[in-house]
Amino acid sequence: MKQKVKQKMITLASSLAVLAAALLLWQLILLVFRVPPYMLPSPWAVARAVAARLPSLETAFATTAVEALGGLLASIVIGVAIALVFAQSRWVRRMLYPYTLLLQTVPIVAIAPLILMWVGAGTASVTLIAFIISLAPIIANTTQGLVSVEENMVHLFLMHNASPAQLLFKLRLPHAVPSLFTGIRIASGISVIGAITGELYAGSSRVGEGGLGYSILYASAQLQTDYLFALVFAATVLGFGFFFLVMFFEWYFLHRWHESARTPEVE
Amino acid sequence: MTRDFTAPEVEFVGVAKHYGNGHTVLEAINLTIEKGEFVSIIGPSGCGKSTVLKLISGLAMPSAGTIRVDGMTPKNARETVSYIFQDATLLPWRTVRRNVALALELEGAGSGQREAKTRSLLDLVGLRAVADSYPRELSGGMKMRVSIARALATSPRLLLMDEPFAALDEMSRDHMNEELLRLHAEQKWTAVFVTHSVTEAVFLSTRIIVLASNPGRIYATLAVNLPQPRAAEQRTSPEFDALVGKISHTLREARSQ
Repeated sequence: MKQKVKQKMITLASSLAVLAAALLLWQLILLVFRVPPYMLPSPWAVARAVAARLPSLETAFATTAVEALGGLLASIVIGVAIALVFAQSRWVRRMLYPYTLLLQTVPIVAIAPLILMWVGAGTASVTLIAFIISLAPIIANTTQGLVSVEENMVHLFLMHNASPAQLLFKLRLPHAVPSLFTGIRIASGISVIGAITGELYAGSSRVGEGGLGYSILYASAQLQTDYLFALVFAATVLGFGFFFLVMFFEWYFLHRWHESARTPEVE
Repeated sequence: MTRDFTAPEVEFVGVAKHYGNGHTVLEAINLTIEKGEFVSIIGPSGCGKSTVLKLISGLAMPSAGTIRVDGMTPKNARETVSYIFQDATLLPWRTVRRNVALALELEGAGSGQREAKTRSLLDLVGLRAVADSYPRELSGGMKMRVSIARALATSPRLLLMDEPFAALDEMSRDHMNEELLRLHAEQKWTAVFVTHSVTEAVFLSTRIIVLASNPGRIYATLAVNLPQPRAAEQRTSPEFDALVGKISHTLREARSQ
């Protein structure tokens, strides 16, 4: 046990050392090449920007977080529902699957103007964009989980006269949970990207409503490079937050019985 | 449903099974298994041993002939039949206790009955200590015990077993064989047991059916007249050896057909 704690401390210390080295290199580049602050602000200037503009950063962060989370949750609900339809028969899958590919291949920046036109600028549009971009991995992974049940398991249920509902709720759905989480993990990352991209096109510009994407646009137009860096930093924190949130739920639901949840991928 | 006490547990009349591609898996199978028998089916791989079980359970339909289980069609008889697969087919997200309760749950037993029955079965197969463990924490032999307990939970009159101990090492297999016979003696179900192992077949069975392949058909039926109840020591008796020799010989003949 003590050994484990020691190992974790070493891991943490080396991660922090990498961070310190990166900051040092950053500062060194500024000094050696005499980069002007509007091109690359110093780490210290970024930290000052974070402190000085904390309230607006917080608002932007919260706005984007709500949009991305809303889109992600909607994609989980709708995606699982669609996967349930797909799982009904091979025929249904063959007929409808090409259209989910469409979801994956259509560039979100190409349809963002359409959504802006139909729904109007603001949270609803951005949430919709985050939802569309998150949907495909949820559908694909959940369908895979629902249909990959071993034949003998199905036979076992049939031998005990299981109803279609019992087959679904006691066999196929629980069996699909690990794959669903794989889908959610992928979707969680791109939902944040979707929300930020969506805000570039369809974000609200009203005071106190703009998210990280809108603020990035604003900061770059104003050449507030230090604030821009602070926003990028906030976007990264948001992405990490989503990732660890999903990891936690995955661990919570699966660690007792599923191999994949025993050792998290990030040690 | 009134039960016909004179009907054989399993009856095949002129049963054949072809696949869609024209391949004949089984041909002209006539077979009667009486109540309480322990019948093993043995034969070269690809002879359709497992298909016989699939047909009895109604998981596959015959291409020709009729099959009766306890006087009923296989599907109607399912309530009284349990199937044990080669892999333990446990639900990994359920504890041992809830896996054993599964069959009862699917058949709509009340929770009180389920709990009592599950508890007594866990005691019967010696799994009380791991009742709240998950399948991944168990050894292969223990998983198979859970599978057996689950199959027995619905008090079946017919137990279909498809090489249930094939994945176990020899010592666990011998032990599981003895346990299975103990349960059979206590509960008096009928068993149809598919296996590759001649010694296992001889030790367990009252009758052994040897299949030949291409197409799958009954090559020979041999009675095992070893004294009952069987004990582990019988495996080393000269009579046992003689039977194993005889059946191995028949199996070789069937294979060279």
